Amino acid sequence: MKRLAAINDFVVKFANVNGSGSASANELFAKAFLRMGVPVSPRNIFPSNIQGLPTWYEVRVSEAGWLARRGGVDLMVAMNPQTWDQDVKELEPGGYLLYDSSKPLPPSKFRADIHLVGVPITELANAHFADGHVRQLVKNLIYVGALASLLDLELEVLADMIRERYKEKDKLTESNLAALRLGFDHAARHLADALGLKARRADNVGDRIFIEGNAAAALGCVYGGATVCAWYPITPSSSLAEAFMHYCARLRVDKATGKNKFAIIQAEDELASIGIVVGAGWNGARAFTATSGPGVSLMTEFIGLAYFAEIPMTIIDVQRGGPSTGMPTRTQQSDLLACAYASHGDTKHVLLFPDGPRECFEFAALALDLADRLQTPIFLMTDLDIGMNRHLCEPLAWDDSRRYDRGKVMSRADLDAGKDFGRYLDVDGDGIPYRTLPGTHPDRGAYFTRGTSRDAYARYSEAGPDYVYNMERLLRKFATAKTLVPKPVLTPAKKPARFGAIYFGSTAPAMRESLDALAGQGVHVNALRVRGFPFPDEVAEFVKAHPKVFVIEQNRDAQLKTLLVNEAGIGAENLISVLHYDGTPITARLITGEIARIAKRFQRPAPAHEVA
Amino acid sequence: MTSIGKPKLRHPALATNKVGFTRRDYEGKVSTLCAGCGHDSISAALIQAFWELDIEPHRVAKLSGIGCSSKTPDYFLGNSHGFNSVHGRMPSVLTGANLANRGLIYLGVSGDGDSASIGLGQFAHVMRRRVNMAYILENNGVYGLTKGQFSATADSGSRSRRGLTNTDAAVDTVSLALLMGATFVARGFSGDKAQLVPQIKAAIAHPGAAFIDVVSPCVAFNNHPGSTKSYDYVRQHNDAVNRLDVWPAREPIAVDYAEGAAIEVPQFDGSVLRLRKLDAHYDATDKTSAMAHITHAAEKGEVVTGLLYLAPDASDLHAHLDTVETPLNALGDADLCPGAAMLDKINAALR
Repeated sequence: MKRLAAINDFVVKFANVNGSGSASANELFAKAFLRMGVPVSPRNIFPSNIQGLPTWYEVRVSEAGWLARRGGVDLMVAMNPQTWDQDVKELEPGGYLLYDSSKPLPPSKFRADIHLVGVPITELANAHFADGHVRQLVKNLIYVGALASLLDLELEVLADMIRERYKEKDKLTESNLAALRLGFDHAARHLADALGLKARRADNVGDRIFIEGNAAAALGCVYGGATVCAWYPITPSSSLAEAFMHYCARLRVDKATGKNKFAIIQAEDELASIGIVVGAGWNGARAFTATSGPGVSLMTEFIGLAYFAEIPMTIIDVQRGGPSTGMPTRTQQSDLLACAYASHGDTKHVLLFPDGPRECFEFAALALDLADRLQTPIFLMTDLDIGMNRHLCEPLAWDDSRRYDRGKVMSRADLDAGKDFGRYLDVDGDGIPYRTLPGTHPDRGAYFTRGTSRDAYARYSEAGPDYVYNMERLLRKFATAKTLVPKPVLTPAKKPARFGAIYFGSTAPAMRESLDALAGQGVHVNALRVRGFPFPDEVAEFVKAHPKVFVIEQNRDAQLKTLLVNEAGIGAENLISVLHYDGTPITARLITGEIARIAKRFQRPAPAHEVA
Repeated sequence: MTSIGKPKLRHPALATNKVGFTRRDYEGKVSTLCAGCGHDSISAALIQAFWELDIEPHRVAKLSGIGCSSKTPDYFLGNSHGFNSVHGRMPSVLTGANLANRGLIYLGVSGDGDSASIGLGQFAHVMRRRVNMAYILENNGVYGLTKGQFSATADSGSRSRRGLTNTDAAVDTVSLALLMGATFVARGFSGDKAQLVPQIKAAIAHPGAAFIDVVSPCVAFNNHPGSTKSYDYVRQHNDAVNRLDVWPAREPIAVDYAEGAAIEVPQFDGSVLRLRKLDAHYDATDKTSAMAHITHAAEKGEVVTGLLYLAPDASDLHAHLDTVETPLNALGDADLCPGAAMLDKINAALR
């Protein structure tokens, strides 16, 4: 029988019951590789449930540093009887099934082409621990201990992490260490050489950090100067607001007075959370909300007001599977159109597309600057895959010489100097007017903010020319936004390439791996990662330079492609969609397969100049 | 329709208040509401209250929702920033504005269509959060801008101008405000400025969520026999439990009250509220009996007015959030950004 054999290059999947305490043990397992210098990318696959339903944790180990979901499973840790059949089925031929062998299972429950690694987990737990609740929890540590032995993970690395985690709780440290040791010893004694998969110390992690996108975005909001956060709990964005609370409590309490330099409101719904953000932005505080698709739907009326009345605010959309309640705990990139054109009437909004935690941090801070600069809603379009999984990424960086861009705000001195203040007057030709904050001056600069049409001096007006002046100015402002959003990032093919590929956001790690695989098959592709909307001119130029461009996205309706055609003057006939939208993160296998298949159709003898 | 400014000519002898402004400085654009509209009387009362309180107009932020009443902030305090937001959502916008700068005075103006229907949720939650504001609900029981449909505060059994009878129960905003935790709850009548102006002044001085429901007849659509929000009906059924006098801080109280007929309530800013009892049995600091009185009066078709409830120990959202005294919108880079060295430490803990 085939026996999978690999060093530092395999996928381990844990099948658990939600609420059984498996999450921290599984994370410990993943982090042990990082401590040994081996890159990993873990992903939570979890239900919309608190306790009882199935949950999975998939860890890809890749010394080469591929961080996307690979697809396929080499070693399944099957701890959930409910999903047993499905889990066994998912294993690659020649793969390994680690299971609790305390009770005998009929041969029909297994597959002939996989290797069985039975560990009497329940038996071990019951024999060594008295308390019923503890017995349940230590089971997770027992299988981690067994895996350490089976895979050659360094036991001391795991033990150190347990000690770090439970610093002051001696009892927990003791029982966890004992359980780890129990599993390890059992496997060492009874299961020598049961696995062809091995871990080996390497040096490929460097100074990279391991962080969830939501935590990184929250830190970006702290560093970017957000003082007001209003939110309503919704998966997968709740942990972002909670991380903001956590970091503010740590980083934003005034040392002298013990008072808070922030205000966080868990509102009654998304209508109120965005309303609070609008009010705070209007009054000169940097304000944001974190939500997901259904929240954006509820917020659209206010988004239209903020667009038309020109109020700075930041909306972080941690996208999940839609439409409607959709797949609340699965990932997608399917809110692009809903956000780009949110609200009735002619509206267009600025979108930022971070590719992982590091850009979540950078773009969250940038969004707060852009919101003030452009006086409009800025959307940070992240997703569940980025937000709720820990990713290995470059350390977060901040330049201390950087200053917040508070945009065009007229001060009392400006008004005293007799500067002409027209709230909606295009003074500089960039479409961005000046604003004043309430309370600035006793008799100058006050204006009335409204969602109805007005003239350049904010006086109510239904006169056609006043309305058109304003709408045209908003278009000029949008053109200015094009110059301020992050430029796309080009990854040129190593050999002259006929094809281009455009992608964004959480597709990045899979794309990186796919480009390498395609090059290996002789398919060379120049790749452009789009990072902001409205699209900088480089995007259309890139498309023009290639006869065919693949557009890779994680939604059904090719929403990025729609935006490219609608807003960048790109012909639809030049674009070929590669779509993935089943709720799982996109894989390199899928992208490579699709692009290679389609590329073959366009195969022709290469002209001399394209041969390197 | 475009807005109409008022001529800026001034009589040189116009009296100024302590901060140097004339009453005219508290006016706004010319009202576009119907002649005789109760809302215009409320705007006039607001102008008088702010002038008498010696508040610089630009230290006030006026926020409103959508509807006739929500248009009125354009017609007073022309040197204040105003925000005419979306239907029923003034409370959240006001909350955000208040969080951004605790140093200003926040005036929320809304109507019954705005606050009692689409805005009922936000109305309840802004009271729960105890946002420091004066929330004025201009209540006429009818949708004016859309020409005469019943609103959610219309009493059951009241008749529309077209002759329809309302069968739905009325939303009683003062009871709701009490229930939700407002720390100052009053009801006024746009036709009684002498009662209303002190109520507004007291609401502004109150350091928490202050709510005034002002019955404000709609002369175009709800001022006919059969309406319970008409001038005649309210005048005939007005059950005023007390009158308010407001004395600013450090000013000797110049009126003598008979023993037991008045209660003094000191305010956070040093001013004193003096409550002159009209109903000897009404205790405005007892929430439970206030609720009972309001309910009984409503059953009899009476409109209870006056300061209905005042919490002696009011505090506001900023106190609950323990925010710094400096307005959040005035904090700069140095106050807010933890810096690169701290980020290095954070990075180190993530390895």
